[in-house]
Amino acid sequence: MKVANKTTKAVDLVQAALSKIEEYKYYNIFISINADSALQQAAKIDQRIANGEKVGKLAGVPYALKDNFLSREGKTTAASRMLKDFAAPITATAVKKLEEEGAIMIGRTNLDAFAHGSSTENSYFGPTLNSQDQTRVAGGSSGGSAVAVALGIVPFALGSDTGGSIRQPASYNGVVGIKPTFGTVSRYGVVAMASSTDTIGCFANTATDTDLVMSILSGQDPKDPTSLSNFWQNKPKPDQSLRIGLISDFMAEGVDPEVKDCINHCVSKWQKNGHTVENISMPILKYGLAIYYIVQTAEVASNLSRYDGVRYGHRAQDITNLNELYGKSRDEGFMTENNRRIMIGNFVLSSGFFDAYYLKAQKARTLLINAYNDVFKKFDVLLCPVAPSPAFKIGENVNDPLAMYLEDAMSVPPSMAGLPAISIPAGTTKAGLTVGAQLIGARQSDRTLLNLASELAKEPN
Amino acid sequence: MSITKAEIIHLGKLSNISLNDQQLTNLNQDLENIISYISQLDELNTEGVEPTYQCFDMANVWREDEITEFEANREDLLALSADTANHQIKVPKVL
Repeated sequence: MKVANKTTKAVDLVQAALSKIEEYKYYNIFISINADSALQQAAKIDQRIANGEKVGKLAGVPYALKDNFLSREGKTTAASRMLKDFAAPITATAVKKLEEEGAIMIGRTNLDAFAHGSSTENSYFGPTLNSQDQTRVAGGSSGGSAVAVALGIVPFALGSDTGGSIRQPASYNGVVGIKPTFGTVSRYGVVAMASSTDTIGCFANTATDTDLVMSILSGQDPKDPTSLSNFWQNKPKPDQSLRIGLISDFMAEGVDPEVKDCINHCVSKWQKNGHTVENISMPILKYGLAIYYIVQTAEVASNLSRYDGVRYGHRAQDITNLNELYGKSRDEGFMTENNRRIMIGNFVLSSGFFDAYYLKAQKARTLLINAYNDVFKKFDVLLCPVAPSPAFKIGENVNDPLAMYLEDAMSVPPSMAGLPAISIPAGTTKAGLTVGAQLIGARQSDRTLLNLASELAKEPN
Repeated sequence: MSITKAEIIHLGKLSNISLNDQQLTNLNQDLENIISYISQLDELNTEGVEPTYQCFDMANVWREDEITEFEANREDLLALSADTANHQIKVPKVL
């Protein structure tokens, strides 16, 4: 990625990104654009460079921010009516860290409202279009960020991934997307969805750029007690032969043959490079989605109970009593999918059903984690598709929430175990749709995954 | 698994969302499908298995009880509310 220096001006980098935003307006990628402030920041960086002062590692690099990160700059809508006018009084740690290194936030990208969805169709601001085919979904929930990178508007963008929200849109748009080990990046100032699996990650064109951005974002933050001490500085496994396990359960019937072809193509490349690839079956993965849609909805129901129309967020008008204020503000502020998840969450948590659903899922989660621990005794890395098919048509799954959830079946299991997982471009279908390969590693092996990914593509300068 | 209308209305109350009849009917159908799907966990034997509530064995994280500077002040926070008066947030009469 291009960084501002004596020959490359930050103002030019920002200006180029702003013109591309205009050029690709039709894709509905951005909810808000930060033009004036971005240009001012760029001018300051250029001045510092001209004065011979030290600048950060990402000096003058424009980036896009998923609109569920709080920042004192502009509004954080979470693509919802609930927060459409919410001007955050604080700035997320991730945003501050990028600012300190000179990166320039150029605009806020579209998502499924409150990150609930796999297509960016559940946005109050309408869907974002796929970068390869305008009749198809961008994927989600971080759809806007993925498309912004895929169309070359910005060299990297931030996203959040709870059950696949970075990896799946990365796959659908042919860019690199990382969901790091749980706790790698502080979540302070990011709209909470499901606290036991929410992670912050990014999209970029190459594994090398991803590594650079993640090295800046990583580290412990006193404001997020779940954040881990920085492990990004530890060297990844050296270029030795890695044992790759190909998850056969996700290469079976029901998976698009062209998706399988792309994965197999990666397999032969890695084998040529001296790595070993062996099939591995993990029958427990069949239950990953069910576990996820119990635990995640329970946590969503809890996290979204804060939106009551009182202290912040949308408040309904013509109200006679407090209960009506809560109920109407929430109905008007949430999208149908938000309501659905809150209702399922409260169902699995309610007395009479708690043991059968929520407790059962948390026990099944233990079995899932144990299964991964066993498999990682034999393999360094696991490989499977990110999703069973390439990007689907806009509107195709809107009226069938369960069909939409099934899109997440391959991406949610590592989330439930806190494992790092990345999506890397693995090829395209005959129709020109991109397919991502998913690499999953043991906790804190994120850099090993990126190293392996970088072998696939000859990296552009 | 079937969910009765009464159960859906109850869930709406637990969730504090005012839903009209059409919304309740749609949600009833959606929830039945989704809950049937997640019920497949019944097939798993979880006897004697400890539940996992968070996947890193984290214990309480302590910090010194010190006053630190916060980037937002009282006015910033009050400005977020739809209705305020005299540095307080207004809501409909409760009592």
